[in-house]
Amino acid sequence: MAAFRTILAKDLRVELRTLQSLPAMALFAVTTFVVFRFGLDRTSLEGSLAAGVLLVTVLFAALLAINRLFVAERDEGGFDAMRLAPIDLSALFAAKVVALFVYLLVLEAIALPVFAAFFLDDAAGLLPLAGVLALVNLGLAATGAVVSTVGAHSRARDLLTPLILLPLLVPLMIAAGGAAEPLLAAGGPSYDEVGKWVGTLALYDLVFLLVGYAVYDFLLED
Amino acid sequence: MVPAPTAVQREAGEDPANPPAGETGAAVEARALRRDFGDEPVLQDVSLTLEAGATLVVLGPNGAGKSTLLRMLATLLRPTAGELRVLGAELPRRAWRARGRIGYLGHDPLLYRDLTLVEALGFHARLHGLEEPGARITELLEVVGLERRRDQLVRTLSAGQVQRAAVCRCVLHAPPLLLLDEPGAHLDPAGIETVEPLIGRAAGVTRVVVTHDFEGGLATADRALALRADGTVAYQGEAAGLSPGDARSVYTGRS
Repeated sequence: MAAFRTILAKDLRVELRTLQSLPAMALFAVTTFVVFRFGLDRTSLEGSLAAGVLLVTVLFAALLAINRLFVAERDEGGFDAMRLAPIDLSALFAAKVVALFVYLLVLEAIALPVFAAFFLDDAAGLLPLAGVLALVNLGLAATGAVVSTVGAHSRARDLLTPLILLPLLVPLMIAAGGAAEPLLAAGGPSYDEVGKWVGTLALYDLVFLLVGYAVYDFLLED
Repeated sequence: MVPAPTAVQREAGEDPANPPAGETGAAVEARALRRDFGDEPVLQDVSLTLEAGATLVVLGPNGAGKSTLLRMLATLLRPTAGELRVLGAELPRRAWRARGRIGYLGHDPLLYRDLTLVEALGFHARLHGLEEPGARITELLEVVGLERRRDQLVRTLSAGQVQRAAVCRCVLHAPPLLLLDEPGAHLDPAGIETVEPLIGRAAGVTRVVVTHDFEGGLATADRALALRADGTVAYQGEAAGLSPGDARSVYTGRS
């Protein structure tokens, strides 16, 4: 736990100090909403279209952070430093998952009100939607941390990370869309089948957290 | 503090707090060590033994595999072939047993540039299980003359100052084995003198030193390893048995 706390504290401190990921993610999300607003020529969205706009925006904003997740480890010798220390390298995975989860929470704290102001007539579904987004964030963070580690060791990392990551995230996005659609339905949220999709999201998160924990040591070996 | 077992430890069912007995003795033992990058051999057929407390100087021209050898000893690279034992731990299988007992100073300072000096060193100290590292960090920064820079971001330090900070990082956890890759890089003569008590012979620990200063290196070493440009061994033995002239000939390819 000490190594986990140390790495997480370092990541959050560096992000607060340099603001390398969060402002870019927030700016991207708000700009994307503006593009959708004028591109779709709609002042109101509901159901699957609303869910799609929100989730695609969160997904691509998350990619910005995922691509930067291990930049310092790669460029400043962090991977070597961790491997020289007597720690379980899963601590690095756990710390990166939590750091990315926090970035996504902050992003959504900014993006969700903007999304509601741009597109929603009724904000009643936002609270349960926040719960769904928390599960989406965990899945994005777990999968993103694993794939970003693989990408960080490649020369083609900027290309490789999204190429590997996006197909892996398809099940997560399908389940997220299924859960978010009824919550953003016209006339107010409905909870039909939300439970099924939330269960799928939780299962996805669990699988990728376990996969990450199991393989992480080996990902960092020469 | 006992570190949590890694996946490799868990697989082996071993406890880092209770390593198997009977695996001590020489600090470094290598037999027929080889490392390839792709199809290209970088280091070939290196065998050596280094007793605890002794210093090995590694010489050779650029590309001879010196840094590769050091990274293998540091558990950061796996040998392609051969046997390697560091601090009693067989590598790479039991690398976790050596980690935390090695001080590695490579070409990269391994310091996060957006942390202050004291934060960066504190980060490494905590990874190595030092719970309250403040006093140790202050002591080291005073030795290398960086105490006034403690709250400065690493990115704002000069190359020489970063190298001195990297020396602090390397010895922070008082490792019994130092692996030093051109430790004098970026340092002026005064800087080299400054770090000497920490990583020089006076430190009293086992050292493997890669250097191009073969006269200085040989003078302070017990053993010497000279590598040719193709990664083969030109000399391996007592440092006193290798003259500076012979060492020079390794660089010029006449050995």
